[in-house]
Amino acid sequence: MSVDVISSDLLNVALLVFMGITAVAVARLRNLFAVVMLSGIYSLLGATLYVVLDAVDVAFTEAAVGAGISTVLMLGTLALTTSREKATPTARARTAMALSVAIGAVLIYATLDMPLFGDPSAPINHHVVPRYLDESLEETGVPNVVTAVLASYRGYDTLGETFVIFTAACGVLVLIGRPRRRKTDGTGASKA
Amino acid sequence: MMHRKIILRIVSKQLIPFILLFALYVQWHGDFGPGGGFQAGVIFAAGFILYGILFGLGTLRRVLPSWFTRLCLASGVLIYSGVGVAAMLMGGQYLDYDVLSDDPVHGQELGILLVEAGVGLTVFAAMVTIFCAFAGRDRVTPRKN
Repeated sequence: MSVDVISSDLLNVALLVFMGITAVAVARLRNLFAVVMLSGIYSLLGATLYVVLDAVDVAFTEAAVGAGISTVLMLGTLALTTSREKATPTARARTAMALSVAIGAVLIYATLDMPLFGDPSAPINHHVVPRYLDESLEETGVPNVVTAVLASYRGYDTLGETFVIFTAACGVLVLIGRPRRRKTDGTGASKA
Repeated sequence: MMHRKIILRIVSKQLIPFILLFALYVQWHGDFGPGGGFQAGVIFAAGFILYGILFGLGTLRRVLPSWFTRLCLASGVLIYSGVGVAAMLMGGQYLDYDVLSDDPVHGQELGILLVEAGVGLTVFAAMVTIFCAFAGRDRVTPRKN
């Protein structure tokens, strides 16, 4: 094993350990302000992991959306509601814990069937990917394969995604877009 | 409260032009390096959101009135779907960029550029809209009069 492989393995393990610690801290903390900050850190660690996996475009999105915008939006939500989490009864917490462990075990069991990471005979490396890698530059003139796939070969999907974002913003506008009047009438508790 | 954080305000004010410039770089350089409309839109919005956090929603809304962000929101998806319709009018299939120019490769480059611009515009406007909607609300807990 070369030094390069060992150091990249070390980096992977270190990042995953950090992500694990952050996840446990998010679950245990009651102060929601700290939880929001920690989930931003979690996203940043995830973005670093994507960089290690050479998925720079995904890393870019994760850093911008996960660590940046969603942190700001969560802080905005905290400013509207409260920054303290209410304690849940222990019985319910136990059920939730059992459910989470069960689902996690099923997911881990499912990964056992997956092809090894980087396996050249894995289906992902056979279907359409070789064609994208070999011909996208000649066909689209765009050197970044990710952009070529996203905007051209998978143009319909990206159109759908853009409409999803458009719809999300419209939904927010419809629900809470209008600034509420300061004066509330007596019955207006549910008038949001 | 923010009026007293002078270092934060001045440093951010210096940084915002570079954030916006970087977003434009990510947008137009997405064909060659990592990035594209989605990331660029988010970064561009982040510059304005930073401005809004520091100088208040009212100041942000003077720079970016709500009619403007709504216009951006709608025109982004219109540009994207318009490229598809243009391809149909020019004799191709929906979103088939080959027919947009005499040379199919040029058509693809043009189509990808326009489509990415549409994505960037919508994502930017959506992020600013959602931020302003959240920031413009009062606290939900009942107030004592």
